[in-house]
Amino acid sequence: MRYLAPASVGEAVSALAAEPGLSRILAGGTDLLVQMKTGLAEPDLIVDIKKISDLTEIRCDGSGFRIGAAVCGAQLAEHGELASAWPGVVESVNLIGSTQIQGRATPAGNLCNASPAADSVPALIAAAAVATVAGTGGTREVAVEDFVTSPGRSVLENGEIVVSLNLPARPENASDAYERFIPRTEMDIAVVGVGVSVETDSDGRITAARVGLGAVAPTPLLVEDAGRALVGTKLDDEALEKCAAAAMEACSPINDKRGTIDFRIKVAGALAKRVAARAYRRARGEQ
Amino acid sequence: MSKIHVNATVNGDAVEYLCEPDESLLDSLRDRLGLTGSKEGCGTGDCGACSVVLDGRLVCSCLVLGAEADGRAIETIEGLADGDELHPLQQKFLEHAALQCGICTPGFLVAAKALLDKNPDPDETEIRYWLAGNLCRCTGYDKIVRAVMDTAEEMRR
Amino acid sequence: MNKIDDISGTEYKYVGSRPVRPDGLDKVTGKAQFGADLYAPGMLFAKILRSPHAHARILSIDTGKAEALDGVKAVLTSTDLQPGEGADDLEDDMDHVLENVMARGKALYDGHAVAAVAATSASIARKALKLIDVEYEVLPHVTDIEKAIAPDAPVIREDMYTQDMDPKPDKPSNIARRMEIGHGDIEAGFEKADFIFERRFRTEAAHQGYIEPHACLADYRSDGHAEIWCCTQGHFMVRSACAALLGMELSKLRVTASEIGGGFGGKTTVFIEPVALALSRKCGRPVKLVMDRDEVFRASGPTPSSVVDVKIGANKDGVITAGFAELWFQGGAFPGSVIDLGTMCAFACYDLENVKAIGWDVVVNRPKSAAYRAPGAPMAAFAVESGLDDLAERIGIDPVDFRLKNAAEEGSTAAFGPKFRRIGLKETLEAAKASDHYNSPLGPNQGRGIACGFWFNFGGTTSASIKIELDGTAMVTVGTPDIGGSRASMCLMAAETLGIPYENVRCVIADTSLLPYSATTEGSRTTHSSGMATVYASENAIKVMCGRAAKIWGIPEDAVDWKDGHARPSGANAGEFEPMSLADIAKKAHETGGAIAGHCEFEAGKVGQSFGTHIADAEIDPETGFTKIVRYTVIQDAGRAIHPSYVEGQYQGGAVQGIGWALNEEYIYGEDGRLQNAGFLDYRMPVCSDVPMIETEIVEVPNAGHPFGVRGVGETPIVPPLGAIGNALSHAIGTRMDTIPMSPPRVLEAVSGG
Repeated sequence: MRYLAPASVGEAVSALAAEPGLSRILAGGTDLLVQMKTGLAEPDLIVDIKKISDLTEIRCDGSGFRIGAAVCGAQLAEHGELASAWPGVVESVNLIGSTQIQGRATPAGNLCNASPAADSVPALIAAAAVATVAGTGGTREVAVEDFVTSPGRSVLENGEIVVSLNLPARPENASDAYERFIPRTEMDIAVVGVGVSVETDSDGRITAARVGLGAVAPTPLLVEDAGRALVGTKLDDEALEKCAAAAMEACSPINDKRGTIDFRIKVAGALAKRVAARAYRRARGEQ
Repeated sequence: MSKIHVNATVNGDAVEYLCEPDESLLDSLRDRLGLTGSKEGCGTGDCGACSVVLDGRLVCSCLVLGAEADGRAIETIEGLADGDELHPLQQKFLEHAALQCGICTPGFLVAAKALLDKNPDPDETEIRYWLAGNLCRCTGYDKIVRAVMDTAEEMRR
Repeated sequence: MNKIDDISGTEYKYVGSRPVRPDGLDKVTGKAQFGADLYAPGMLFAKILRSPHAHARILSIDTGKAEALDGVKAVLTSTDLQPGEGADDLEDDMDHVLENVMARGKALYDGHAVAAVAATSASIARKALKLIDVEYEVLPHVTDIEKAIAPDAPVIREDMYTQDMDPKPDKPSNIARRMEIGHGDIEAGFEKADFIFERRFRTEAAHQGYIEPHACLADYRSDGHAEIWCCTQGHFMVRSACAALLGMELSKLRVTASEIGGGFGGKTTVFIEPVALALSRKCGRPVKLVMDRDEVFRASGPTPSSVVDVKIGANKDGVITAGFAELWFQGGAFPGSVIDLGTMCAFACYDLENVKAIGWDVVVNRPKSAAYRAPGAPMAAFAVESGLDDLAERIGIDPVDFRLKNAAEEGSTAAFGPKFRRIGLKETLEAAKASDHYNSPLGPNQGRGIACGFWFNFGGTTSASIKIELDGTAMVTVGTPDIGGSRASMCLMAAETLGIPYENVRCVIADTSLLPYSATTEGSRTTHSSGMATVYASENAIKVMCGRAAKIWGIPEDAVDWKDGHARPSGANAGEFEPMSLADIAKKAHETGGAIAGHCEFEAGKVGQSFGTHIADAEIDPETGFTKIVRYTVIQDAGRAIHPSYVEGQYQGGAVQGIGWALNEEYIYGEDGRLQNAGFLDYRMPVCSDVPMIETEIVEVPNAGHPFGVRGVGETPIVPPLGAIGNALSHAIGTRMDTIPMSPPRVLEAVSGG
């Protein structure tokens, strides 16, 4: 195995493209090193992207936020503007693992790991986040909801890396929230994860809403019907019930060591209501 | 597999070592530098017994490559006391009987210090969530949390 | 020795205080050396190849390619170990230990060791494992008790016929043995009952979850002598097992117990030590072998899983008229689960006229179970305490009062035979009733449960020495590894006995070459047994010191008394002499007859059973089934708390282990018979944010069998939690919970009326 820590995206992409064996990108390493330890991954080349300074920053301008692929969870929490514009995304990232994991794990890595249960992904989907992908042929943009194609697989081609996640700027009266169900209070993989983003008019009527679901299907989902159920309402009980019903309808989970089909579907409905209500309260400035 | 030459700072001292490319920082600290205070409880980032501070951030050293430490500063349990003078957390852990077997203790101390550096006045809930990545199987956490609260109070005085 | 009347109200100077433990400094500075922390020049790293199959015949093992790999120094298979003889101090059958350490002919569970490699680096050892070709014939497997005892189950051991059956079975099965205890006439008792509770309970296997994986460093020398450094609860046990499996003389093997990073019963047997030693013998170099966490889960010794049928009858006045339990425990692929202890503990808290319990020892394709804190008792208590809770509700009596009415006390005949001497169960129940917790209101979606628990306490072969140094300090050596602060307790007891300050006493755990045999740290025996040995050794040293004073004064030895750390003339007739302190006598040791020491080698008995009562408040989220333990109290009889902080620590730690077992911890096997959650991520032990502060109350009803009244306290705290939390949840939900763990899907199903 070789370890490289290039200083530019170009070098990283060239090294990956040139590697005939198995190559893996090292950002936070909290998935990769576990896979190596347990024998699930035996890469021939590891490309550490943390020496690429461009990827270690969060930038913010009028069009939104650009979160470099090597930015760790703790950095998100420390970024005041990001935390106030996208509290749901930040809380979703900060729920991944322990304080120690937060010092390493990156939201870009959480996306690239392509787990159906990744905590940050439903929130990023709800936030209409877009991943910027670089390859030898240049860069392309991929909507987060289109990124994961099946458990452990993504749209990334050989030699491509995610360089940033991009979040749009926020209008007035908009916010988001994320909540997940785990059997303990910390340190578990989501059994169900729900992210909701809402925009309202000055009167509190929802003008746009997106709902992302995790751990209830082979990939994280954008549930358009669940978002649609909220639009035009002031989040009354009927809207919440419809949102929950749409979320439950979208579920196609499996029975596994973390939860049963029936349990996951029920909890998805319960969480959809809670998270929508929380996002709405935040948008209304009540929280 | 050829080895990688690493220059780093550990507890303020310049160190250098050769490590294998797939070797964890935990193994480098223990096997190369003889710093066995950091423990491997799981090797997968789930127990926190290997907690160290890397360039100011609390991390699990089992989830960092030894090679990544090049040019960086690491603080381990061995650097917590100032010579013969224990850090107040160490003293309070002793006084509160906040350890039984002691295998998790280095990780808890390193993690608790990182907390108090960031937040000198944490409440019980903040302490419990901050330390959720450190498993202890002996104490039920009660005396550990009390020791951290008591330390924080003393250090604020 | 003191009698109970002498000590029940005695105030001590050191016993009962809370000094800093002697090993504390090393543990807060990272200096303490645990199992994996020792390195030796020329040391090799070993790894074990494990079966991926739950049940398979091993047709062949080809190690040729592995041996040829550069850096590989030895490869080991079962043929390198031999059936041992002479290790009769081990509770386990040595043939089974041998078979568990390295599969012989058949792999019996996912993770069963098949071969091992020692190489110059861990990564080379790992590579070599992949080069070992093992040809398996996969056999049908069974990992579940109820399936294993079904008539059509695949039989794991073709030569196993259920023992103690009348008539003898005519064909083999997965049931190793039947046992029965009890007295009275349960049928007559049930006739008299106004209320009867009857139900089946199930518990899944739990792991001790010690944070330190098994680790050892073995060094076999060319002259046939060897040393092992390892984390164990019993280094004398390790010596016996390793010497037997390698055909060594005991005196040629020296075993040192490292600091131990948790055991809870899981380190009372051997898994890797004989393998490391045999590898070292093969290649003539020191070999270090450390388990990875997944190996700890797959291939050390979790608890049995259990099925318990319980039937309890009571009359309108709240008197239990009969109790019956039938228990099935699987101990993995080997006979000898802790079914005996579970069966004996089921009704141990209660004074019953009519009681019967039947136990069945079942084998399945899982790792060989080991002890875990009060082994067997939590599963049995879960069923019985749940039944009592239900009966109390139906009778309309407070659940504490119901237990008080039936509680065992001095003179009660235990279901397992003997009459209890003075015990403190009723005192813990009275304390529960009077506690702030029990009398506090509950919030919405909350329920409160109480449960009692019992553990025997073991005695056994024990040794201790104490040397009085020239400077007036004392050094205690004991042979029981310190897993939770016992060195502090030994120092306190020695200080109290000698009459010198705690700070002047040290304690070390002697290796097997330095002290006569000492049984393992298990069964809540250490503070009791090694404590007694320390006191007796100290008393023997005092005798020597009195003799030295007599010599200096020129008076008979029996004219000297020892009080408050000084030798004194026993009365006016003995003569007028200034009392001599321990330090004065120690200073003159070389002029008065040589070094001063005291020893004790004995068979500890007179153990004092420890009983406890727990109160748990649980709150459920009715939409997700999430359970939060909002308040928890442990009340237990310690006899006498030598170091109260570490007694509380035992209470708190045991309770939180019980909380984990009750709510989320479990072994999850797939259809393929493989363990699916062999890591801390999915074997969900409580984390810091999962639990509240654990309130404790130490009740002290002294054990007359111990000079300071000690009862071992380590194990009882894990007995009540399953029942207490089960009862709390049952009240919060309104449905009786009968399956452990009571995980969110199970709670949500119960809430939904499923």
